[in-house]
Amino acid sequence: MRARIHITLKNGVLDPQGKAIGNALAGLGFNGVEDVRQGKYLELQLADQDRDAAERQLRRMCEQLLANTVIESYAIELDGTPVA
Amino acid sequence: MTAAVIVFPGSNCDRDTSVALEAATGRPPLRVWHRETALPKVDLIVIPGGFAYGDYLRAGAIAAHSPIMREVIGCARAGVPTLGICNGFQILTESGLLPGILTRNASLRFICADVHLRVEQTDTIFTNRYRHGQILRIPVAHMDGNYIADDETMRALEDRGQIAMRYCDPAGEVTPGANPNGARANIAGIFNRTRNVLGLMPHPERAADPLHGGTDGRALFAGLVTAIAS
Repeated sequence: MRARIHITLKNGVLDPQGKAIGNALAGLGFNGVEDVRQGKYLELQLADQDRDAAERQLRRMCEQLLANTVIESYAIELDGTPVA
Repeated sequence: MTAAVIVFPGSNCDRDTSVALEAATGRPPLRVWHRETALPKVDLIVIPGGFAYGDYLRAGAIAAHSPIMREVIGCARAGVPTLGICNGFQILTESGLLPGILTRNASLRFICADVHLRVEQTDTIFTNRYRHGQILRIPVAHMDGNYIADDETMRALEDRGQIAMRYCDPAGEVTPGANPNGARANIAGIFNRTRNVLGLMPHPERAADPLHGGTDGRALFAGLVTAIAS
C-alpha cells in the first residue's frame, strides 16, 4: 500500500520561507502570486494490511513524529484515496 | 553533584557543556550516548546544542524519539533538573517536556552573535544566582530559534512565571529590534510548569570562562550546584 502525506503550516502561522519563495518568483517576473506556503510531502510504502489499521497507523505516525501539530496540519492519502 | 550530558549523532556542544559543568561541580559529567536505554542516578540532565540527526524533518524531532529520551522524559517528569540548550531546547519541545515549538528564524539566516537577555525569574533552581531583571550577555548560534506557541499557551507561560529569559536591548528593554529570531514575546528560554526543566536558546556554556569574552553564563551552572546541594 502506498501512502502520501502532505504536511502544511496551519493558517496564521508565519511562513518566512514561503514569503522568500514568493519574492523570488516575483523577481523572476512571475506576477500575481499572492501567497506562497511551503510544506512537506512524504511517500510511504506500507506492507499490505487492513485499510482501517493502516489509516490508524498513519494518523499515529503524523501525530507522534511526522507533523508537529503545534504549527502543522497533515493530510493523508492511502492508495489514491484521501483518509478522513 | 553528578550530571549527565546526553550525546546524539550531530551534537556539537557536548564538550563545551561538559567543561562548564566540570568547572561548576568539580567533577566531569557522565556522557550518555543516545542509544542507551537507562540513565544512572544523576542530579542533573543536560541536553546540549548541536544538530542532532542533522535537524532532519524538524530540529529536534528525531532526537526526541531516541531510546535514551524515554528515560530522560521519565526522569524530568519525576522532578530531575533538566536543562536543554539550543538544540537541546528544540529536543525538549519536540519531546513534549516543554510547550510550543522553535521554528526557522524570521530572517531565514543562521545567527551567531552575542545577545542581551533579561532574567525574568530568579526563584528557580537554574536562575537563583541572578538578580531579577539582570541583563546578561550570552551568545546565540542557531537557525531555528523562533519560538511559537498558541495564545493560550503564551498566557499560561506568562501567568505561571514560566518565561525564564527574554531577548532585550543593552538597557534591558524588551523590543522587537532586540529580538534576533522573531520569537513570540522575545522568549529566549522557558521552564516547564514545575520549573525543573529549562530550555534556553542562548549558550551559557559559551560564556563561562574569561577567555570566552564573557562569564554571564557561569552563574547558571553555579546556581544549579547550589540548588541541588540544598
